[in-house]
Amino acid sequence: MPETVTATSDFAAAPISLWRRGVNAFATFAAGAAVVLVLLPLGAVFGYLIYKGIGSINWAFLTQTPKPVGEAGGGMANAIAGSAFILLIASAFGVPIGIGAGIYLAEYGRNQLGNVIRFTADVLNGVPSIVVGIVAYGIVVLSQGHFSALAGGVALAIMMIPTITRTTEEMLLLVPNAVREAAYGLGVSRWRTTLSITLRTATSGVITGVMLAFARVAGETAPLLFTAFGNQYWNWKINQPTAALSLQIFTYAISPFDEWHRQAWAGALILIVLIVFAVSAVRIVAGRGMLKGAN
Amino acid sequence: MGVGIKVDKLNAWFGKTQALYDISMEAPANHATAIIGPSGCGKSTFVRCLNRMHETVTDARATGKVQIGELDVYNGTSAVQIRRRIGMVFQKPNPFPTMSIYDNVAAGLKLNGFHDHKRLDEIVERSLKLSALWDEVKDNLRKKSGASLSGGQQQRLCIARALAVEPQVLLMDEPCSALDPISTGKIEELIFQLKEKFTIVIVTHNMQQASRVAEFTGFFLLGKLIELDKTEKIFTTPSDKRTEDYITGRFG
Amino acid sequence: MTGPQPVAKKEVAATSEVQAEPLLKAGSSHIADGIFHLAMLACGLCVLALVGVIVYELVSGSKLSWHAFGLKFFFQSEWDPVNEQFGALPFVYGTLVSSLLALLLAVPLAIGVAVFITEMAPRWLKGPLAFTTELLAAIPSVIYGLWAIFVLVPLLRQYGEPFCARYFGWTGLFEGPPYGIGMLAAGIILAIMVVPIVSSITREVMTAVPQQQREAVLALGATRWEMIRTGVLRNARAGILGGVILGLGRALGETMAVTMVIGNRPEIAKSLFAPGYTMASVIANEFSEATGNTYLSALIEIGLALFIVTIIVNILAQFLVWTVTRGTPARSHA
Repeated sequence: MPETVTATSDFAAAPISLWRRGVNAFATFAAGAAVVLVLLPLGAVFGYLIYKGIGSINWAFLTQTPKPVGEAGGGMANAIAGSAFILLIASAFGVPIGIGAGIYLAEYGRNQLGNVIRFTADVLNGVPSIVVGIVAYGIVVLSQGHFSALAGGVALAIMMIPTITRTTEEMLLLVPNAVREAAYGLGVSRWRTTLSITLRTATSGVITGVMLAFARVAGETAPLLFTAFGNQYWNWKINQPTAALSLQIFTYAISPFDEWHRQAWAGALILIVLIVFAVSAVRIVAGRGMLKGAN
Repeated sequence: MGVGIKVDKLNAWFGKTQALYDISMEAPANHATAIIGPSGCGKSTFVRCLNRMHETVTDARATGKVQIGELDVYNGTSAVQIRRRIGMVFQKPNPFPTMSIYDNVAAGLKLNGFHDHKRLDEIVERSLKLSALWDEVKDNLRKKSGASLSGGQQQRLCIARALAVEPQVLLMDEPCSALDPISTGKIEELIFQLKEKFTIVIVTHNMQQASRVAEFTGFFLLGKLIELDKTEKIFTTPSDKRTEDYITGRFG
Repeated sequence: MTGPQPVAKKEVAATSEVQAEPLLKAGSSHIADGIFHLAMLACGLCVLALVGVIVYELVSGSKLSWHAFGLKFFFQSEWDPVNEQFGALPFVYGTLVSSLLALLLAVPLAIGVAVFITEMAPRWLKGPLAFTTELLAAIPSVIYGLWAIFVLVPLLRQYGEPFCARYFGWTGLFEGPPYGIGMLAAGIILAIMVVPIVSSITREVMTAVPQQQREAVLALGATRWEMIRTGVLRNARAGILGGVILGLGRALGETMAVTMVIGNRPEIAKSLFAPGYTMASVIANEFSEATGNTYLSALIEIGLALFIVTIIVNILAQFLVWTVTRGTPARSHA
């Protein structure tokens, strides 16, 4: 007569101990609390930005340059324009090199050299932005003898390149090989296939990557501290110090003047709106899917 | 009008592994030649050597002589130029996903520098008619993307795309294996008609398909061409015992 | 041989063009292909060159300071630009303490958030929660700093620090007047900035754990938390550690927000209420006004040290994350 397995069935039938259930419930509570604790500052930051900044955003703020210390009014128009200018310069360097490196890694770089480049790009992503500022200072400011928008642009470009490289590579690798083969089969040369077919198929993904890099560097201050340096007035010359929105916010925030504090909030609100806009646009573009019309 | 294909002592490797051994055969003009054999026997590799697609794989190479009409495939002309004279249809339909139907068909021409728009319209229409797709898509040529068609339609689109550049030879690598029976039937009909203008080499693992569409059939086994003859003969009285074993289903 | 009967003979335009004159000009593309390959390779090499340039600039810039002070530079605490005495110990201390404090606060929160999003949240909540935590990462450092100066610091001064002094003063960490500005504020704002990175990597790594692992633990009769603990977190712990280290890397190099609230005083103090100074902050504050080559060189040497440390930390972190996700390309987590 085989042994009945009463002992184990008793064990299996016993309810889960109160302690274990308690721990489980607590874990859920703790995790939920963590979420709340993390979302709190997010809400607080956005909340204060809107609360403190919205009142100060008016036409004057958006179109005027800073007034001298002590005078009320004035705006950050030159800083907004300056940021755009510096970002343009940065993109002129960063986007082509980044996309080119990404193309290299995806289409030609399945080898040792490719691995080294890939690893280096990931490492570059972690370089502190202040260090990038030092480097741009050394390359551009020292050789030219003065601060400039060019130096600021170079600093930001150095920060954009690794991001754009990796996202471009990722997007190109998502293009199925069958698409490339179809082009080769038609007698299309390799360079033409890469540009007109592969890159074209991955376009929305690549743009997403570029916009992400853009949003990341748009708010950077540290690398501009001693490259673009800032400017009280309008500047459109690539070789002159230039104002930037993030720099202006910083200068005003640490100043002792209430008037400037007020404007710092307004500037910050504009900056965050632009960045959130860019990040959301990225999500929408990415959400629509990389391959238009794919079933 | 198509041209004939002559292959002489073709060998192919993937890295150090040899995939094809001394293949010599002829595929006559304006006929369809089927290539059959069990999985891994080298039939896809063989066909991809005809238009030098084999080389696109890293570390792959081939030696030997392939003559397509007057074109010496391996000597004298670049692979890219060869592929403009030979059309290829792949196992899984691969229309260009970001292009419309019109642009897909015109792709082979546009990407190679042909920009005469009026003639392009004519060529696109003609190619789509040749591949029996025109009636189904003629109202949506530029609006619908190539990837929005059904599987069978996509494959016919790929055929149209291949035909648009007016190749002399059409290579088909198991073109129906990813399609349903009705689409397969339509494409087989198509092949039957295309033979009048092109020389076709079609790889298939479906012996009934070979007997339906091809006048000649070649049997491959383990990288070697065992037998090549009239389809009727291969399927009724093959000369080689291995062919007979495969036909009767003893393996593969 | 019979074939399928065509339904209707389709009329086709005469393909009289198909003769000797092919439709396409047969041009060779070897040269163009070669040029393209070279151009793309050049872009790839630019990435390598960038690291080279960074190292070169930092090393050559620090030479003066290195020759003047040697390795003792990092162990001396006298930072006196007027008398050209430069010791970086206060900054090293400040960087380490603020970063560690940030991690202490951020890691439990980040893992909690990741666990909630991956394993506990209902499906409709996952996406929005993930998006909002990523939004935290998108806020620029200077805006965090602005908020910290005008919201966090007064809060600390009025409520936070007196609270800590009253209940935790026995630790010796909460002594001195509650300025608000100081190490504690820096640690807190850094923690907020580091949470998204650690959380996002933890989520990535947790999602990479195969479903079978979870099911195996559940099948043994475990509660949900027990399943998470043994089936997921345990398997992912190398990756989570990697995420934490990546967060450390971010905290070490963080400049603006810290500069705005840490007080910028090159002193070493035990109390978290005291002002301090970090490596990144001293560079940010004093670089453009540095008079004298040794001064500048000292700052650059601090930058070099920061660079080396963050590189090592990041490499370690990437490696750890890779062991769990097996080589999916790393994303930029700034």
